[in-house]
Order: sequence, then C-alpha cells, then structure tokens
Amino acid sequence: MIIDKIKKVSIQEETPKKNVRAADMLIGKWVKCDACKEILYKEDVRKNYSVCPNCGKHFRLSARRRIAQIIDEGTFNELNADMQTRDPLNFEGYLKKIESLHEKTKIKEAVTTGIGEINGEKVVIAVMDGNFMMGSMGSVVGEKITIAVEKAIEEKLPLIIFCVSGGARMQEGMISLMQMAKTSAAIAKLNDAGLLYISVLTDPTYGGVTASFAMLGDIVLAEPKAMIGFAGPRVIKQTIKMELPDGFQTSEFLLEHGFVDKIVERKDMKDMLHKLILMHK
Amino acid sequence: MSKTAWDKVTMARQLERPTALDYIDKIFDDFVELHGDRVFGDDKSIVGGIATLNGMNVTVIGEQKGKTTKENIERNFGMPNPEGYRKAVRLMKQAEKFKRPIITFIDTPGANPILGAEERGQGEAIGRSMMEMSKLKVPIIAIVIGEGASGGALAISVGDKIIMLENSVYYILSPEGFASILYKDSSRAEEAAENMKITADELKNMGIIDEIIEEPENGAQNDIDNVSKKIKKCIEDSIKELSKLDVEELLNKRYNKYRKII
Ligand SMILES: [Zn+2]
Repeated sequence: MIIDKIKKVSIQEETPKKNVRAADMLIGKWVKCDACKEILYKEDVRKNYSVCPNCGKHFRLSARRRIAQIIDEGTFNELNADMQTRDPLNFEGYLKKIESLHEKTKIKEAVTTGIGEINGEKVVIAVMDGNFMMGSMGSVVGEKITIAVEKAIEEKLPLIIFCVSGGARMQEGMISLMQMAKTSAAIAKLNDAGLLYISVLTDPTYGGVTASFAMLGDIVLAEPKAMIGFAGPRVIKQTIKMELPDGFQTSEFLLEHGFVDKIVERKDMKDMLHKLILMHK
Repeated sequence: MSKTAWDKVTMARQLERPTALDYIDKIFDDFVELHGDRVFGDDKSIVGGIATLNGMNVTVIGEQKGKTTKENIERNFGMPNPEGYRKAVRLMKQAEKFKRPIITFIDTPGANPILGAEERGQGEAIGRSMMEMSKLKVPIIAIVIGEGASGGALAISVGDKIIMLENSVYYILSPEGFASILYKDSSRAEEAAENMKITADELKNMGIIDEIIEEPENGAQNDIDNVSKKIKKCIEDSIKELSKLDVEELLNKRYNKYRKII
C-alpha cells in the first residue's frame, strides 16, 4: 500500500515540511500517508510500528513484520512453511500468478503460522498477509490455520490469529469455501479443549474469513479504523442503491454494534495480548 | 442430452423449481413451523420447525425462495439475514436437546448483502452456525435443492451427509460474480460456470458431497412427487446409517469429512 502511494507523490504539488530531496523520493525514503496526506520519512514510520506519526493511520503490515512486532526475538518456529498452493480448478494463469508472488513477497502463501513467545509466554500464532492474493483463503490457508489450531490443542497453548483477508480465494472454487467449515470446526474443538483463542482483525478483513475463524475468537480485538465486514462495500452499495454512512464497517462500527471486544493500537498490541494470556493461565 | 454447468445454473434458479416448503410438505407427515431467533426477529428467508418422518421426530430447516415476485419480496429471494442463521442455530440446538436428527434444505443466492445485515453481524452469524453444527450430537443431513451460493449456503450445510439434486449447483460465488471478479467481465458467466466445478457430479468427484438424487429431464418441478419420494428415501437411509454410530464416532466422522478437504 505504502509503496503504491509513493508513486503518486509529486514534489511540486506537495511540499513537505522537511527538506525532501528529489533523489530521496526516488530511492523510496519517503512515503505519503494515504489518510492525512502528510509526507513521512519512512524510517520514522517503521520505528512507529508502521503507524503514521502524524494521524495514527495503521498501515498494512507484512506477516514477517507483524511477527517481529508481536513475537519475542529468536523464539519463532514456523510450521508448514513450504506447503504448496493447489490448483483444483486448473484455473488459467493461477499457479503462474502464485509463482510471481513468491518472488515478489518472499512468502509461500497468505498465512504464516508457528509457535513463538509473547513476553515469554508460549503461543501458537497465525498471521495472514494481505500482500499475497489479498490474504485470500484457499486450501493452504485453510489447512495451515487448521493445523495451527490442532497444534494449539495438542500442546495446550493459547492461539492467536491476525486476520487480513479479502475472503475465500475464488481461484480454488468450492475447495476454498469448504475451508470456512473446516477452520470453524477446528475452532469448535479448541473450545472443547478449554483453550484461549484471540482473534485480531486488521485492515481489511472480509468475506469467508470474517464468516469463519475471524469472528469466532473468545476475544476479538481490532486495530483502529480497520475495514471489517462480510459483504464488501461495493456489493452493498449496488444492492441497496444508497451511499453508505461514514465509518461503516470500520473497527469502531463493529465495536459499537457488539462484534469486537476492544480496539487496540498497534504499539499496545503485544502487551495487551500478553496480559490476556496471563488472565487465562 | 447432457446438460452444461450453465444449463444447471439456469435450472437451479427457475421460478417453478420446488422450494424447501414444497419438499417439506411432500416428505414429512407433519410440520410445525417455529419462528424467530429470540434476539432480533424472524427471517422469512429461512424456515424451520419440527416435523415427523414415519413417526420419528426431526428438525427441519430450509432456505426459502418464493415462486412469484410477491413471494420473493416476502422471502427476500431466499437471501438470509443474520437472524435467519441465528434462528437456524436455535432450532438445531433444540434438536440436539431432544435428540432429533436435523435435515436442512439449501437454496439461496447468498446471504443478504445489506447494511442492516452487516450491522447485525452477518459474518459472525454464518461462522457461528458452522462452528455449532460441527459439534451437534445428532445426525445432520443437508440437501442442496436449488442454488447453493457462497457462505450463505454453507452456513446451514455443515453435516454428516451432503446431498445434491441432479440439477442443483453449489458454488463459492455466482458465476456472474466470479466472472466479474476474475475475468473483469460479468457477461462471461457461462464460461465461468463451466470452469468453477459447481455441478453435483463434479463436487461428488471432489469429495465435497456424498450423494446425488436424479431429477426428471426438465427439472424437479416436472415430477415433484417422485423427486420428493427419492429425497425421503435418501433421508431415511442416511438416518438409519448415521444412527448406528455412537456420538463420538459421529462427531469424529463429521470433523474428518471437512478436515480432509484440501
Ligand atoms: Zn497520516
């Protein structure tokens, strides 16, 4: 996202407060916040948990950076890192696209799962990545989430899932849809085992992921101003033929309507997770 | 003549096609409809209640389309709101309490994509329904009778036996929607239908459904008595088979049924 925005920055039109050299813009040291339009020094943003220091906008995070923010350094052991994407519909161009995403994102699929520690507390964690097919859930995402849930049951550990997803992955057809049932059934087993599951909703979380494990946490947290829903705003607008109200489908909207327990800023997320884990020990 | 996937999409959506209530009327000796989710309201796009099948009590739930414009407006074209799914879960838990098998009829263009449905947690309602169904201690039989679209269909079809009528379809998203997203051209819906693997035969080969019920050449509406008889037989056989399992076996089998889909 941030990278997309920088292409649109024109130095003539937007004079930043700081003395931005054209060369710095070109080599990508600066970004423009898509919320407040402020030109920001990339390093400042990075140090601020990838949150705009000016307006508090939470930029989207890769799974790798999310894990670095949440899991204690050196404690993360990834599970099923090499699971291969399947192509049940033999959908034209699909595996090619996956291959190019492997190169671009350096990850194998839209979720990274593993075991790690949060301030010394061992957890199973699954972190989705919106850079990979919009975080959509096909067979690998469904399978890795399910294995993560089963791992939590086996090792009697709390489970944390960071959600970001456009929904079920169209290119895998009904196999993708069925992952909703599969992951929901796995969460039911976790509940029977009396284990804690915290779901964290981040921008954006939609469709088949919202309608399965994302909404089934014992505790559902959300980052500020994340977009969260089942149907996308465009579809809803087409259906009701009306403009949608401001703030529709934001974290704050879900909190107001009773579908989110708490909105937590990114800088506080690790400590909040830690506190909740301790409260369930 | 063998039909294309698109032919079946068209047949599955025909206004004359028998609906859940048509089958409920033909298959069960008695049916008492029960209403409401006890939270917000009663969603008419999902019907449910208690029925008897050869003297055995069962719980029946179905997504209900209309056959006329007026009926369809009343039934919201079979597109459930969260309260529909919550009513379904309430009735299913009631079935579990009284040890009644559950039979669901699937027929929906998808969950209702409106503002109010989002306010009332459409995603949560669908997710919770699937989660609850996965551990109900009674046999669950789901029958796709028309259009099984998206999470709106899956929400009440997590069960032990998934059955499809020959000319019904089951998909992640309508072929029109699929074509508009992946081909950027909704007029290529017919082509999408052929590629999406949405027919009963294809889904049986993929291990997603268990059985197929044959229909008359031009669709179930041409001999609803006969189709109902076949559905009834299929329900009876399934209940007989599933009743032999103890609860633990039943639940393990159900879990593994979905667990193995990759
Ligand atoms: Zn900003």
